[in-house]
Amino acid sequence: MATFFGEVVVAPSRAGLDEEEEAREETPEDREIRKEIEKKRYRREIDVLWTWQAGGCAEEPLVCSRFIVAIGRNAAAFLSSFILDSVCWEVVGVVKLWNEWCRTSSTTNVLPTDSFCLFYRLISDPTVLLCQCSCYVAEDQQFQWLEKVFGSMQKKGLQVTILSTCPVADYKTQESTLTLVSPFLKALKTKEFQEEVCCPLLEQPNIVRDLPAA
Amino acid sequence: IPCDRGGDSATPDFKGFTLLMPAVSVGNVGQLAIDLVISTLDMTKVGYFYTDCLVPMVGNNPYATAEENSTELSINAEVYSLPSKKLVVLQIRSPFIKNKYRPFCETLLSWVKSSKCARVVLLSSSHAYQRDDEQLLGTPLRYLLTPDLEKAVGGRMKELNWKEMEKVAAYPGISDTDKVLHIPGGGITKLLFTESCSEGIQMAVLLKFCSEGDNIPDAFVLVNYLNEWLQLIKSEVSTVQSKWKIPSSWRLLFGNGLPPALF
Repeated sequence: MATFFGEVVVAPSRAGLDEEEEAREETPEDREIRKEIEKKRYRREIDVLWTWQAGGCAEEPLVCSRFIVAIGRNAAAFLSSFILDSVCWEVVGVVKLWNEWCRTSSTTNVLPTDSFCLFYRLISDPTVLLCQCSCYVAEDQQFQWLEKVFGSMQKKGLQVTILSTCPVADYKTQESTLTLVSPFLKALKTKEFQEEVCCPLLEQPNIVRDLPAA
Repeated sequence: IPCDRGGDSATPDFKGFTLLMPAVSVGNVGQLAIDLVISTLDMTKVGYFYTDCLVPMVGNNPYATAEENSTELSINAEVYSLPSKKLVVLQIRSPFIKNKYRPFCETLLSWVKSSKCARVVLLSSSHAYQRDDEQLLGTPLRYLLTPDLEKAVGGRMKELNWKEMEKVAAYPGISDTDKVLHIPGGGITKLLFTESCSEGIQMAVLLKFCSEGDNIPDAFVLVNYLNEWLQLIKSEVSTVQSKWKIPSSWRLLFGNGLPPALF
């Protein structure tokens, strides 16, 4: 594609598939080599560490009635400011991961400016779980996060609430977003969620991406 | 990679059905065309793919027509069906996660076999700027058939006067080389097609040459091309375009309203 200035550039295509990726026929040897390199340098595995695992006891699924997940710095800060305190909540887990955008560690002593993903349990009702995920979980790690976190839980009768933020500029609406009163709340809910939602539902054609979507 | 079927407890049987699906390709033309099919035929969602190969996304029902049906959640890979036309449709709404397109193709094809679909029709597109001189003239639409399907419907394609996708020289500029299939910008089209050929799956690929931009007209052209063959809706020569129903999710494809203060 030629640009206005006459230089030829490869336009990013919505096809979403790298031409090189497609053309390269991988031999089994190539595949092995690629896997090894990926494992060593770009470790995409995520580890979910629960506090009770350290004791070496058998891993039983966590009984959980309500699970609140705050994704992103804003949502995490909301929980820190209004919900969490060291009296009523105890840390029960941490996610350790690495990607090009951030790295989290297994320490539970974090600063608000760190990237972290921690799980808390309400001391007075241990079936209420909370997750603060201020780190970015890359797209190839989102499914893994999902499986590993929810895999540790007994899901019967579980109610999940996901808190997240998006830039107003991403919101699609007939009027300009400049005139919109922000911030504002929108919700998405599954058929099974029967309670009242405290705000309007997200209108088409808006969508949610990344970890909240997963 | 699990390939679950959510929805009702009774697993719908797709034996003998035609599976219609898009390739995520240049201009997203295949996906837009599929949106038109699902929306116009008012198809019922029967399940989804639970897969880690596609970027996650979720929103409310993209085919909503009224307040009542607008609050069903919709995700990145969903299956719709219309038993009266023996049609099952897969819609893909997000790109592949890096290095996951091969596992997805493998899982998809094994699902096609296990659900006993009679044939697969793949809607796709290819970069218009990669056409050679001959391809620049005439129709921008092409088709491909796997050998098994060629026997069944090859004759129909000839009747419809359709053009088969040309093979290109493996090494352009050198005259005696082998001719290979090359579908630039076609996403997983080539992989799915070649795999189907070798696994004896009846597959047809319908594609249009196009460029990124406003691809809605391309989608209409492609879906009308499909309709020439499958006759999903009645087509009268003059008013064919207006018969397809545009889904509500196509609103605001090119951004929001402008702030009045700009002028």
